[in-house]
Amino acid sequence: MEQVLWFGWFRADIIAEYGVLFWRGLQMTIMVTLICIVQGTLLGLAIGMARVAESRHSPARAICKYALRWPATVYVSFFRGTPLFVQILLIHFAVLPLFINPSDGLVISGEAARNIKQNYGAFLSGIVALTLNAGAYISEIFRAGIQSIDKGQVEASRSLGMSFPRTMYHVVLPQAFRRMLPPLGNNAISLLKDSSLISAIGLAELAYAARTVAGAYSRYWEPYLTISVMYWVLTLGLAYLVKKLEARYGRGDSR
Amino acid sequence: MDEVIRVNRLTKQFGHTPVLRGIDCAIKATEVVCVIGPSGSGKSTFLRCLNGLEEASGGEVLVHGVSVHEPKTDVDALRSEIGMVFQRFNLFPHKTVLENITLAPTKVRKLTALEARNRASELLIKVGLLDKIDAYPNQLSGGQQQRVAIARALAMQPRIMLFDEPTSALDPEMVGEVLAVMQALAEEGMTMVVVTHEMGFARQVADRVMFIDEGLVIEEGSPAEIFDNPREERTQRFLSKVL
Repeated sequence: MEQVLWFGWFRADIIAEYGVLFWRGLQMTIMVTLICIVQGTLLGLAIGMARVAESRHSPARAICKYALRWPATVYVSFFRGTPLFVQILLIHFAVLPLFINPSDGLVISGEAARNIKQNYGAFLSGIVALTLNAGAYISEIFRAGIQSIDKGQVEASRSLGMSFPRTMYHVVLPQAFRRMLPPLGNNAISLLKDSSLISAIGLAELAYAARTVAGAYSRYWEPYLTISVMYWVLTLGLAYLVKKLEARYGRGDSR
Repeated sequence: MDEVIRVNRLTKQFGHTPVLRGIDCAIKATEVVCVIGPSGSGKSTFLRCLNGLEEASGGEVLVHGVSVHEPKTDVDALRSEIGMVFQRFNLFPHKTVLENITLAPTKVRKLTALEARNRASELLIKVGLLDKIDAYPNQLSGGQQQRVAIARALAMQPRIMLFDEPTSALDPEMVGEVLAVMQALAEEGMTMVVVTHEMGFARQVADRVMFIDEGLVIEEGSPAEIFDNPREERTQRFLSKVL
């Protein structure tokens, strides 16, 4: 392919030649981010609820403390207290092989395991690591959101005969959600950016595409500047979306 | 007459601080009991123990013969029979007046949307706020919010109503409208326990007045007995400050 120079130094032809790679990488980045936002939010909700679980009566009280609050606290502490990069490596090279392994996988073994590992290993590990990490951060957002709601709201709902889960669902969470939207949006943006770390275990997303191109041509400005702009556009889009959501759901909360 | 609430040697501590130190009382159907006393005397805590919002440290509370603080008790079913009105209204700010009132009847009592709406409309007529049915709580004055809160509690068709200083957070000019609704309710024969600083209301509406201080029932009797001829020195001292 003929060299195309922009501004006298930017080899646009390299980007064009690898256009498909960047396009696939972009799709993968978006897919991984969306999957992890959804799963991380669900996990974060569950962990966040576990962290605020309380009961007055004796068997349930101990269950709440030792089976819910403590494990949830340790989980959150671990995933917030260790680098995501290390978590990805740990899950990809140590944890996942424990479950999916051709010789003695706990869940899947044999030929199927070999297949999955080869074709989807990095994808699976990446999603698991990013979801677990995001779940820890999002659970803190949920916990703070739930705890920021006036106790009188729970008391009013419970005094009407509404059970604790109903109170959470109809009274506390809808109000907490409005307050949680800005931090959840920030978290989604972090997630999008952090997904680039999965390239380290060989998942073909945006950062991986850039690395491939850089390796092939020993040129660094072109690929990394290109994906920087792509990430930037994505995060700007996400921020815009969050703003729209806030404008839509943020009303009615003025106590 | 039917006894609906029976309290035996009720005690409550917050940490090492005793708040209730052995309260006994019985409340009969259709009776209106006003609980008065200085702030910090434990009267609100006493009220909140009646529907289990506050856990008792000792003693027992029986509502219709069911022990409120027994772990096996279905406290949600019990509470659906006991309405409660709070000092700070505690309306759900993300729901309209209508939704505030219909939430529990549709979810707990399984009323259809139409039945719940009809019931809400009737109650809003009763508290004089039908025109606010689609408003949000933050669009209402304090007095209006409290009247909606009363309608919300009544929508469950409770057999007992508890009022926790319902007018204390209101501007003076709005106290009357709330008290009027409560008085109408009392005249309809609702069983009511009212923690209040409104001595005029207590004198006029109560069948019985309980004076609580330092976690104990110091004196109780008809409004005339308590307000005109208090026997205990502590009651006299309290009344001389507030009347």
